Amino acid sequence: MTMDALTARNGESFRTVDVPRLPADRFRREILDSVARGLRISTYFGFRPGAANTRLLCVLADDSEKTLSVLSCEPGGRFESLTPDCPQAHLFEREIAEQFGIVPEGHPWMKPVRYPDARDSIPGDTAFFSAEGEELHEVAVGPVHAGIIEPGHFRFQCRGEDVLHLEIQLGYQHRGAETLLESSPAPRAMAVAESIAGDTAIGHALAYCAVHESLSSGAVPPRAEAIRAVALELERLANHVGDLGALCGDVGFLPSAAYFGRLRGEFLNLLMDLSGNRNGRSLIRPGGVRFDLTADMAGDFSERIGRAERDIASAADLMFETPSVQARFEGTGRISERACRDLGLVGPTARACGVPRDVRSDHPHGAYRSARIPVSTIEGGDVYARAMLKHLEIARSISFLLSQIQDLPAGTLKQPCAAARPGRMAVSLVEGWRGEIAHAGITGESGEILRYKVKDPSFHNWTALAMALRDTPISDFPLCNKSFNLSYAGHDL
Amino acid sequence: MTGETAQFAKDILRQWVFVLAAAPILPGLAARTKSWFSGRKGPPVLQLYWDILKLFRKGTVYSRSTTSVLRAGPVISFSAAMAASLMIPFGGMEAPLTFQGDLILFAYLWGLSRFFTMTAALDTGSAFEGMGASREAIFSCLAEPALLLGFLALAREAGSLSMSDLLSVGLIRIWSIHAPALCLVAAAMAVVFLTENSRIPIDDPNTHLELTMIHEVMVLDHGGPDLALIEYASAVKFFVLGALLVRIVYPIRSGGFWDGGEVLLLGLAALAVLVGVVESTMARFRLSRIPQLLTLSFVLSGFGVILSLAAPR
Repeated sequence: MTMDALTARNGESFRTVDVPRLPADRFRREILDSVARGLRISTYFGFRPGAANTRLLCVLADDSEKTLSVLSCEPGGRFESLTPDCPQAHLFEREIAEQFGIVPEGHPWMKPVRYPDARDSIPGDTAFFSAEGEELHEVAVGPVHAGIIEPGHFRFQCRGEDVLHLEIQLGYQHRGAETLLESSPAPRAMAVAESIAGDTAIGHALAYCAVHESLSSGAVPPRAEAIRAVALELERLANHVGDLGALCGDVGFLPSAAYFGRLRGEFLNLLMDLSGNRNGRSLIRPGGVRFDLTADMAGDFSERIGRAERDIASAADLMFETPSVQARFEGTGRISERACRDLGLVGPTARACGVPRDVRSDHPHGAYRSARIPVSTIEGGDVYARAMLKHLEIARSISFLLSQIQDLPAGTLKQPCAAARPGRMAVSLVEGWRGEIAHAGITGESGEILRYKVKDPSFHNWTALAMALRDTPISDFPLCNKSFNLSYAGHDL
Repeated sequence: MTGETAQFAKDILRQWVFVLAAAPILPGLAARTKSWFSGRKGPPVLQLYWDILKLFRKGTVYSRSTTSVLRAGPVISFSAAMAASLMIPFGGMEAPLTFQGDLILFAYLWGLSRFFTMTAALDTGSAFEGMGASREAIFSCLAEPALLLGFLALAREAGSLSMSDLLSVGLIRIWSIHAPALCLVAAAMAVVFLTENSRIPIDDPNTHLELTMIHEVMVLDHGGPDLALIEYASAVKFFVLGALLVRIVYPIRSGGFWDGGEVLLLGLAALAVLVGVVESTMARFRLSRIPQLLTLSFVLSGFGVILSLAAPR
């Protein structure tokens, strides 16, 4: 087993030549065996330096051993698809086919992911699954929506009010983020990393910096690690609180919707005070952070967080104790634990199916190595479970935040980050508020970035939304969609 | 003869002016109550007047795939609501339009308006609007018997088939002897009122999510004066069906047009606030549960009829 894969920890870098190159059939078997043992595909991508053959690199996360397995192969023009035996590979294989033109043979659902060249193809112009019958009808929603949200196309096959099948087609927001991260100068690339998904600026900035610090073997001062964790939890709180409010809004329950909406602003304001930007942009830079959380600010933060905690508790009590709200949440958009494991779901979605997957404790990074947040899980996999899980995580995030803020390590904020070392690869996982963010970077002979791979948690979880809608009334789609609240931009890159 | 006709015309005009002037304030009151509950300032109570005025001054855009059916929808639903408003008696007086059996006309004027709203929605060919029309059809199918059975119970009590007699002074006596039957009818009418006005818990008038809408989704393709007529018609519908409910619950003993109108308007304002309270304290039902609620209202009016038949007269 050690022969077939390189083992590393989250954020560790290694020489690219040390990653085993397996023959295609052994590569495939190794991934299938690992997934059968409980590992999951964290990221899986192609890499073609210069005129060489495309190399496929797969990073498997072993959550119980707290390690990552990295393996690779050079398949030539075609390879046998993993998807029929390992459904969680489906979107990765489609992406590889789109980016490198190599064909995963036997893939059951080959179609475009993103339309990298808009001159050749019109986004959304692709074949859709269709069902025929007297009683069936098709509803197409998007890419232009009634609310101010991102573009995505949803195609429903319905029987009366019930959805038989939902097909989600994204790619309208493809900006070439990976290419920009490979080719842009450092300050520009940092801004790009913060805009991969606007509501996850901290999460992606953290993953990006961790890759660069690891490639250059730079260390981060403990105080900066703690402030990074504070920012990451503030981002999680703002979004989780906003999600609870949006769920109430979707079922027409106004009081909690309005209060959560205001409370989301409280956390954004804290990020604003910390970094000068409500989304926490420009806070995190390779080597540390740019702004300090002074003792005065710490007192003020603790007080404001404590106040918000009490307000959240009363708004959440109202929400979770109103029978008409519970009647809408319970049993809606259910995902089984098996589907969750098969599809390799991550983040709150997985934890709401009873699967304890949390990078903060499975592959701890930064301040989470010393200060642990207990993993919250809840059984059920429905909208209620996802809402309740967010509620639980809010409480645990707040107590983590308060203890971090009151006990910040002393020291500097930033250490200069040297140039990246040549011929190395680093993988960094961060538990963003939507789940596992994975960034991987590979350097060339002079330390330049040859390949930069970004995976937003939405990349795994969009399929879960489609699964959740099966046999669910179409009128519950907005509610289900809100309970996942996935990123279009993070998927489209 | 000409004197009678002139008086009839005057009565009609007076009633219309009153309804048109007063109706748009009611949704405004409901919205304001909701804002108060959620800790917001909310839109001005008179916002709907300005909205309607603004829409009347706009142009319209029609899709090339639509026909005159789309244009008929708003005009007919507005006319039907105005016609129905003539059957509501103010104070102790008779309504301007009253005859034996007018309650059937009253019920089916709403049916007419619904039919044309639904065909206008289907005329657009949009999947959303088709879904909305299908939902409206099934829910109104269930709300209609509740309304008619409620009328039947009231008619049996009043011994007349005219709205003016049903809602006359006699109702006070009926409350004193047959209160249980009237309670059941009033409860059923309240559900019908919420359904017909697309309020929470049946529909959400504020949502922007097309897939969950019932009534709102059917009017997505209307704009400008057409939308103004639709907004005005729904305010009038709120007024007229609300007035029916208010007069059942709080029978008005006597009084002329203006006194009666004043009391009625106060009752309607209280109803609008109550609607706001309901919308603030509960979530919307799952779509599949709505038929159960409507069946319940049907059963309630049914029992109202049985009680009124069983009771000695």
